[in-house]
Amino acid sequence: MSARPRVGLFVTCLVDLVRPGIGRAARKLLEQAGCDVEVPRAQTCCGQPAWNSGADKHAQDIARQVVDLFESFDYVVAPSGSCAGMIRRHYPEVLKDDPRARALAAKTHELMSFLVNVRGMTGVSASCAAKACYHDSCSSLREMGVKKEPRTLLRSVERLSVSDLTDSEVCCGFGGLFSVKYPEISARMADDKIADAVATGADMLIGGDLGCLLHLQRRMKRTGRTMRVRHAAEVLAGEADE
Amino acid sequence: MNADPREFPRSAQAALGDAKLRSALGRLKTHFALKRQEAAENYGDFEGLREAGRAIRDHAIANLDTLLESFERSVTARGGKVHWARDPSEARTIILGILREAGAKTVTKGKSMVSEEIELNPFLEANGLVPVETDLGEYIIQLRKEPPSHIIAPAFHLHKEQVEETFRGAHTTLDSGRPLDERQALVAEARAMLRASFESADAGITGANFLSATEGAAVIVTNEGNGDLTRLLPKTHIVLTGIEKVVGDLDDVAVLLRLLTRSATGQEISSYVSIMSGPREREGGEAATAFHVVLLDNGRSKLIGTEAQDVLRCIRCAACLNHCPVYGAVGGHAYGATYPGPIGAALNPGLIGIEAAHHHPNASTFCGRCAEVCPVKIPLPTIMRHWRAKEYADGLAPKAITTGLGLWAFAAKRPALYRAMTAVARPFVRMMFR
Repeated sequence: MSARPRVGLFVTCLVDLVRPGIGRAARKLLEQAGCDVEVPRAQTCCGQPAWNSGADKHAQDIARQVVDLFESFDYVVAPSGSCAGMIRRHYPEVLKDDPRARALAAKTHELMSFLVNVRGMTGVSASCAAKACYHDSCSSLREMGVKKEPRTLLRSVERLSVSDLTDSEVCCGFGGLFSVKYPEISARMADDKIADAVATGADMLIGGDLGCLLHLQRRMKRTGRTMRVRHAAEVLAGEADE
Repeated sequence: MNADPREFPRSAQAALGDAKLRSALGRLKTHFALKRQEAAENYGDFEGLREAGRAIRDHAIANLDTLLESFERSVTARGGKVHWARDPSEARTIILGILREAGAKTVTKGKSMVSEEIELNPFLEANGLVPVETDLGEYIIQLRKEPPSHIIAPAFHLHKEQVEETFRGAHTTLDSGRPLDERQALVAEARAMLRASFESADAGITGANFLSATEGAAVIVTNEGNGDLTRLLPKTHIVLTGIEKVVGDLDDVAVLLRLLTRSATGQEISSYVSIMSGPREREGGEAATAFHVVLLDNGRSKLIGTEAQDVLRCIRCAACLNHCPVYGAVGGHAYGATYPGPIGAALNPGLIGIEAAHHHPNASTFCGRCAEVCPVKIPLPTIMRHWRAKEYADGLAPKAITTGLGLWAFAAKRPALYRAMTAVARPFVRMMFR
């Protein structure tokens, strides 16, 4: 690989607010993959909550802000299929006929697919003593087409085994504001997902989207289940024990 | 009668607490989803078939006016009559008129979701007619006075023990000691009971899966053969369906049939495919039977040219319901509308208004599985989002949501303020998720 690409890390509001360690782990992985990483301080959110609520004006304002802040980078990478999917798939709808939004969309990636597909990473040097199962987020699966990439990378982690869930393509019930508007339905969907995870015999649940993970973690706590819940970036960066 | 769609959260909560319903819904995966998957894989280029189906349906919707006129000409030329109904009330009045003219009393019915949409049965009963549902699932829920909970399997929410209980309660002339715990026994009993209705029916009403403009034909698929008995035995046959069901010709129908049965039940083809075109009996050149087609608009034509237009492609296979985690959790009745699940979420605001149906497009995580399995590639989450935007723009979104979003957006647009606020909030938020 020739020059080091400049990557703008889109931390995501949830990571920034709840588990900033995931952002640091993502940065470390991107640097391992030979990128110059910058984390623009003025970033807030991708605007997905507004867009999914039909608050188009708010979504447009926030999207324009993200375009302004990130368009100078070679790539934009987010440790989330959901936020990356918002930029990649939906910004061209949010900012219709805006070539800058389309250009940003085209160079925006979910972290693990970027590492594997753009940077050619095949493994990491990390260790994590766990019997884990992997939760695919719907946006990673269906908006970003990410399925094998996290498995490829996680396979290289020492002392870690990762199994698939039986219903790996079924939603965990988070859905952003869906979990606020319809908490009971959301909880039922989480419980089904947790039962699936428990049935694998895993002691750790790994995923690539913090929204799903926090939703499942909180529900596990409520229902008396104990399982470590980790973002894949933390595991791959060797920081899953923090 | 459907429950109130505005009460969706309450109905959903009740449904979540219903253990019998939960185990019935647990069968969606084995009964439908896995079979669909196998059928799609066995077909070979199922993606190519979906694309062909999408193109046929898009072309039909784009040319709806001319196709419908052509359909009417073809039906008329064959001695049938097409009736146009703007709304449910007009449709009911037209049907009652036809039945009165025919001097009908007993009316057998094939499965028709449009019949549910216009709430035909209670109207016919109130006017002294006796509608008898002949599809097994529809027959069961008619006895139980329930609406369908699924668009192709109306009684999917029930276990066979509940059906047994219903039959014992309704068929009081039969020996009370008869064994009725096997599925086959239930089917046989329903068939026997329905035979009398088939024989005495003065008119039959069926739906239509497709209308073919060139041939002036209505096409239905069934697995029980009840559709044929409903349409063939009585002197008068009424086809009741929506205006969007029309396509160009039977070649188009053939493509859509391949998609429909595979997406619905995983069958390569249903047990019966009936092609109905005009009165079937002629005596000395005169039609001896009557053939009517009642076409309902009810908000459909208004969707053309809007961001919701693609929902009109729907061929009612129910694959979106079968793969929807929300439908799978709460079932069909909770929606309080004729069309539950993702297709209802995309269609109902167009039929009954966004105010009444606002929960439906909101009750989705946008997981996208529905769009992934839709045989005609309807972008269901995109259409649901369109309805959410309409709800928001019309000022109908809940105040807690709009206020919360407004405050959050205010901060998200001001990075310095946002950083200050999150710095304060972070310890508390992290405590919540510890």
